[in-house]
Amino acid sequence: MTTQSMHFVAPDDFHQRARTALNDPKLRASFRGAMDFLQTKRSSQFPDASELEHLRDLGEAIRQHALANLPQLLVQLEDKLTAAGVQVHWAETGEEANEIILRIAQRRGAHKVIKGKSMASEEIELNHYLGERGVECIESDMGEYIVQMAGEKPSHIVMPAIHKTRQDIGTLFEQHIPDTPYSDDVDTLIQTGRRALRTAFAEADIGLSGVNFAAADTGTLWLVENEGNGRLSTTVPDVHIAIMGMEKVVAKLEHIVPLASLLTRSATGQPITTYFNLISGPRREGELDGPREMHLVLLDNGRTQAYADEQLRTTLQCIRCGACMNHCPVYGRIGGHAYGTTYPGPIGKIISPHLLGLEATADLATASSLCGACGEVCPVRIPIPALLVRLRTEANRNPQEQVAHPLKGQGAKFSRGDKLVWRFWSGAFSHPSVYKVFRWAATRFRALTPSEQLGWTRHRAPLKPAPRSLADLMRERDQPE
Amino acid sequence: MMKARERMLGRLRAAAPVSSPAGAIDTLDARIAAHYDGIRPDAAALVDSLENALSASRAEVWRATAREWPAQVAARLARHGVKRLLLDPARAEGAALAGALPAEVQVLPFSVPLEAWKSELFDTVDAGFTVARSGIAATGTLILAPDAGTPRTVSLVPPLHIALVYADSLHATLHDAARDECWRDGMPANLVLVSGPSKTSDIQQTLAFGAHGPRWMWVIIVTGDQP
Repeated sequence: MTTQSMHFVAPDDFHQRARTALNDPKLRASFRGAMDFLQTKRSSQFPDASELEHLRDLGEAIRQHALANLPQLLVQLEDKLTAAGVQVHWAETGEEANEIILRIAQRRGAHKVIKGKSMASEEIELNHYLGERGVECIESDMGEYIVQMAGEKPSHIVMPAIHKTRQDIGTLFEQHIPDTPYSDDVDTLIQTGRRALRTAFAEADIGLSGVNFAAADTGTLWLVENEGNGRLSTTVPDVHIAIMGMEKVVAKLEHIVPLASLLTRSATGQPITTYFNLISGPRREGELDGPREMHLVLLDNGRTQAYADEQLRTTLQCIRCGACMNHCPVYGRIGGHAYGTTYPGPIGKIISPHLLGLEATADLATASSLCGACGEVCPVRIPIPALLVRLRTEANRNPQEQVAHPLKGQGAKFSRGDKLVWRFWSGAFSHPSVYKVFRWAATRFRALTPSEQLGWTRHRAPLKPAPRSLADLMRERDQPE
Repeated sequence: MMKARERMLGRLRAAAPVSSPAGAIDTLDARIAAHYDGIRPDAAALVDSLENALSASRAEVWRATAREWPAQVAARLARHGVKRLLLDPARAEGAALAGALPAEVQVLPFSVPLEAWKSELFDTVDAGFTVARSGIAATGTLILAPDAGTPRTVSLVPPLHIALVYADSLHATLHDAARDECWRDGMPANLVLVSGPSKTSDIQQTLAFGAHGPRWMWVIIVTGDQP
């Protein structure tokens, strides 16, 4: 298989890409179909509304307890894993995480890394980093494998190739996998992928995986999957490197039980996935398989910024199920790539500003009607709409203003003109005498209203005040205002 | 390295200087226990539930007594065309199955480390046999605790996975399993929960089996008299 280099998009071209996506009927159909499918699957898993609400309360409480004790839990997890023979690394930035992983690869003389699914590794663009330094990363999750082959990035955090049709994939496999005739039969395609990746598993020097949950009390990494590629990646190569956002640890292994149930039911509408893979260390004395060397990379990359502020900290409750995107009317229409961020959809809008700064991501929080669907389905009750409003406020705050927990890129959208307009607006509407003058002027000089009205007139007729205000009309009928 | 660690922890500690009060975790544990509290199904209902859930995940499931199953599995293996079967002959169940196999099915113990025979395992072994530590009725899940005799790859690499589970080892829920087996007191290097054959819906949400793990899974629920 040939690995094309990834092409990177900048999240700041969001508006342009969203427009392009909206005008792509094939993409629209792919996402509509997928969203309908995932919404139906999820709701079939929660026939009992009170059980769901109770479980969501529990999920929220478990995640909040974990976050409240995060520093202690991370140290406890580190101690437990270190005692079991795992090397624990701390990375403040994506660059640091990449360097740590490269150093392990270089020390081992490794050239091939087989990857189970890991959004954290997407976030730090590990494949690209290692690829440029002579270490090839092969994605083994079927969706990730397809997306990597196409030189793209995932468009959904749970189903990476959701934007591709089976015909697209048939053509891709025919072009990239030797001796593969075109087929658009899904079973044939999956068996082709399986065959192509089998040797990669056996030959890889390092297996790299993400982590769904970590338990501090037992020092256990809990991996959730259906395909078995995660188990192969963490079992067959001699070295296993797990990478995990630092917020994913919880106090006890038994706390993961309700979270895992919320995750699989919310994500893909399954009561449980095919495999829960619980890893508590490398191969032990006398065992005949499993990695002999194991590492865990704890990634910050902006998470501590969200953590510092009590409201924004709720962002870190996320268990990455993707239900918010599956139910988002914006994501469902523009798809995942338009966002230009590793995490698209509502969760992407609230986490990306911490990872990338508001300069590049300030527009994302505005791509929402605040309909509230994301908050309503979130299994751990993250108040996503409130966080969107908060991020809009931070983006429009004066960059010079001193606040307790400034965000990277505070005031990225700040404009004195805007501020002035809003000040006038609120002034006029809170002082009746000013308002009356404004009303009189607006109706009498309506002919002067500009026909170009910023974003409004791009798709709509210009707004023009009525010739007479309601108060004028009432007065003509001798009715008091 | 230490610097990154100290800076990350320092920022967290500055933001959350006090941990939850003692007792907060007990309250949380009690809430979790209360959520899963309720009347547990009887033994027969547990078996029914396990069987139904596993069948829904497209595993082939049947019930048999300890005397019956070896011959049944042997006959099926022959019909399935299995030539090489991975099992642990040192276990009573492994020995019983090995004793019942027809001549055309070769028994293969996992006797050397994986790296010594990786390509052989990947390319030539048709099936792996495991005995589950226990099962979870609600979700149709087997709990496997790989060991020296039956390492992790036995249930993972061959295209057919055959698993034995004893009816009296079933838990109602995952919560019960974790609590009653005292997972908190120590975990093996790897504990695997398996709920059917390997599958994927990554291509246009269409379900396909045998993505990377076993394409077929047979589960025998051993009931009645036990060895």
